Amino acid sequence: MPQLFLLATIVGQEVAIRSDHVESVVDIGEITPVARTSRAVRGLAALRSRVVTVIDTAIVLDPAAPLAARRRAVVTQVDGHHYALLVDALDDAHRFVPKPLSAGLLPGAAWAAITNGLIEHEGRVVLILDLPAIVARAADAGRVAA
Amino acid sequence: MDDLLQEFIAETRETLEALSSEIVAWEAAPDDRARLDAIFRFVHTVKGSCGFLDLPRLSRLSHAAEDTLCEVRDGKRRPDSALVDAVLAIVDRIGDLVEAIDAGLPLTDEGEDDLIAALAPRIGNPATAATPVAAAAMAAGRAPLRSVRLNVDLLDRMMSGMSDMVLVRNELVRRLRDTDLDPAVEAALERLSSSVADMRDAVTRTRMQKIETLFSPLPRIVRDTAAVVGKAVSLTVDGSDVELDREMIEVMRDPLVHLVRNAIDHGVETPMERRAAGKRESGRLHVSARQSGNQIVIEIIDDGRGIDTDRLVAKLAATGQRSESELRKLNDRQRCELVFAPGLSSRDTATEISGRGVGMDVVRAAIDQIGGRITLDNKPGRGLRIAVQVPLTLSIVSTIVVRAGAHRFAISRQTIGEIVNERAANIRVDQLGDNRIARIRDRRIPVVDLCEVIGVAADAPAAPKMLVVVTIGAGDFAIAVDEVLDTEELVVKPAAPAVMATGLYAGQTLPDTGRPMLMLDCAGVAQAAGLSFADAMDLEIEAEEAAEADHRVTALLFDDLDGRRRVIPLAVIDRIERIRAGSLQQSAGRIRLAIDGRIVPAEASDPAAIERVTTVLRLTDGVMEVAYAIVDAVDIVMLPELAPTGEVPGPIAGIVLLDGEQIEQIDPLWLFERHAREAASALVARGRPTCLLADGGSGWMRAFLRPMLEQAGYRIVERVEEGERPTLVLAQADIAVPVPVAGAPVVRLRASPADIGDGSIYRYDREGVLRALRIAAGG
Repeated sequence: MPQLFLLATIVGQEVAIRSDHVESVVDIGEITPVARTSRAVRGLAALRSRVVTVIDTAIVLDPAAPLAARRRAVVTQVDGHHYALLVDALDDAHRFVPKPLSAGLLPGAAWAAITNGLIEHEGRVVLILDLPAIVARAADAGRVAA
Repeated sequence: MDDLLQEFIAETRETLEALSSEIVAWEAAPDDRARLDAIFRFVHTVKGSCGFLDLPRLSRLSHAAEDTLCEVRDGKRRPDSALVDAVLAIVDRIGDLVEAIDAGLPLTDEGEDDLIAALAPRIGNPATAATPVAAAAMAAGRAPLRSVRLNVDLLDRMMSGMSDMVLVRNELVRRLRDTDLDPAVEAALERLSSSVADMRDAVTRTRMQKIETLFSPLPRIVRDTAAVVGKAVSLTVDGSDVELDREMIEVMRDPLVHLVRNAIDHGVETPMERRAAGKRESGRLHVSARQSGNQIVIEIIDDGRGIDTDRLVAKLAATGQRSESELRKLNDRQRCELVFAPGLSSRDTATEISGRGVGMDVVRAAIDQIGGRITLDNKPGRGLRIAVQVPLTLSIVSTIVVRAGAHRFAISRQTIGEIVNERAANIRVDQLGDNRIARIRDRRIPVVDLCEVIGVAADAPAAPKMLVVVTIGAGDFAIAVDEVLDTEELVVKPAAPAVMATGLYAGQTLPDTGRPMLMLDCAGVAQAAGLSFADAMDLEIEAEEAAEADHRVTALLFDDLDGRRRVIPLAVIDRIERIRAGSLQQSAGRIRLAIDGRIVPAEASDPAAIERVTTVLRLTDGVMEVAYAIVDAVDIVMLPELAPTGEVPGPIAGIVLLDGEQIEQIDPLWLFERHAREAASALVARGRPTCLLADGGSGWMRAFLRPMLEQAGYRIVERVEEGERPTLVLAQADIAVPVPVAGAPVVRLRASPADIGDGSIYRYDREGVLRALRIAAGG
């Protein structure tokens, strides 16, 4: 059954995000850094009257990646906490039929940990981001570098 | 009482509804222990509540049912169908009575005796339950409810919605502040603001409950506990009207009961012991609550025997957790705190009251958990005062905002003892190995630099830090921050797991600035800084030991004439003096020193060598003077314990061990005794003129002039004893001479070399000063 997905770009790759996981799409303003947390946790930001934890998806993927001034983010809620996941760019929402990752079509360890399927879009295969998995990995990603 | 009654009715009604299925199940399977327990709990609760609500009929019914169920639980009776019926009839009757009370309708007690009689183990017809009047009451319907019971979750949601509203308002105000505001909008904003504030108060109050609900079971608990341990205790309760967050009341319930039971079981003595101690037979227990700022202070005061810290130490040492010698080093306060050590029962035998598996450690953990603190004020033999401080509410935290580098953090005021500037006069911060220790008045506490912990650059390194002294369960420490910014009431919410994983933060908040801020978890900061409080306590002990060490005897290590090294207590040495060779002479069988035109009795370990002596120790006990000839002074040392020599009294008091070397210690007592007569007469004969130094306590004269003056033969005093009259007074030009010495000649010293013609003498003019003194003393 087709579901609604947001198409986004992170580290130059097109990805899909299940739209029912996304509360809103925002541009993050000022970020209050959080000392001693992992590099992937960029800090806290205020969205209206709510505090969100800002997570840099690129650093979750590669803990050594350089910090870039990304602003665009998707807001999601995991276990009662709100997170803003930074992305490079966001495209439109489309309906797709999600498919499981299958043998031979594996994206590599770092990507595999934060994706849980793929869709086909205009002939290209696009990975589906697993937002809760990104949030879960953010706590560890780049702790050494922090 | 009305509130309590309403509460009781609502609670009983609710439990009855929940119980109805249990009752049916129990009827079907009378051996089912879980069902039996549920029903037992119900009648037990009703019985307990009736006691202080003064509902004798309900009390009688529930008591009878409880007794019967108790026998069943103990296995003394089998739950046959007659028994089940009888119990159920009573449960029904309790329900009827409760409804009747709520509706304000009368209900005859007709048939209640039968109900109770039916519980007795006999074969007969169970009494008919419902009476016509009861049925009538039921038919009349329930009175309209004046209260609803709410789930605390719902209240929480209301509260968090409320906090959001406050934050939205703040944001709105912030945004509008930047624009040119239409007065009408501004007025509307004002109204919104004040109604939000009112609303917040109201919502906060929904979470509040009178502490009475916590205190009301106490009379019963005290009575029962005292009865079990055979003591008489009179309880006074104060401050039942104080309101506290419901959640807080729930958390406090068990700790309070435990503290009260403890006070009776461990604190209050038996009547006989009390009589022997001169106290009245019945122990006093006072439980009170009061609001103090945004805290509630609950006090439990008894007039019992207090905490026997010696026994506590012995007990704890016996458990092997810590060595006895280590425990003995603790001060009184620290020893008292040992009652919070895990797994400790200060009773030798577990009584019915204690031995419930709840120790003081659990009490403290519960109170810590809600950000409270517990303090003990122990008066051995006279009682114990326990003060529990808890915050008024959990959801709005009163905080102090601090800055470390570019970061801002909130610290709960609850945990903050005081805030001091590290440069303040009574504060000293010392480096102790890798750690820093602050001495604040008489306390030494470890210092944790927040900038180091969070890994940010501090302000200019020389900038003074503020020390925020915080108390965490295990002890106190100071957090050094760059700046203390503000106090703020904040709605603190848990932060995301990725943030909490650092272990440094207690939650996140959005203050009025609109920039998210984290609240520090002080215990986490201590941990991140590698501060373990076993260490802190050790450090405190060490520091105290160091302070004690100052009281140990310091002594001069010197090379004696006979080539040996010896020590002599520093206190008896007036000074070390260079003399001309030949000043020491042996005459009339004794060695004497000629100095300042006087003769001073002297002692030398090698009388043959006295001709060459150029250094003597001038010893004094304040009255007499004796010289001791030496080769040279070596060092000043701290004397370890003396090993006395078993010999007859002599110049050597014993042996001390210094750096592995055996050193003889001179016995000044023997020296003075030996020379007493001569020394005393020498003193009288010499008649040194007394010179009073009056420099207003600046110490300059003591440091600069005293040695020179003493060398010149003056006896120097800095204040005059009653009835004493100095020969002359030496005063700074600008210091008033103390009244009692008026009449004695005064020599004034001035600080400037220029002679201003007032007869004063430039204070660095050595010859001038001495000449003036000679003239004054002679005149």
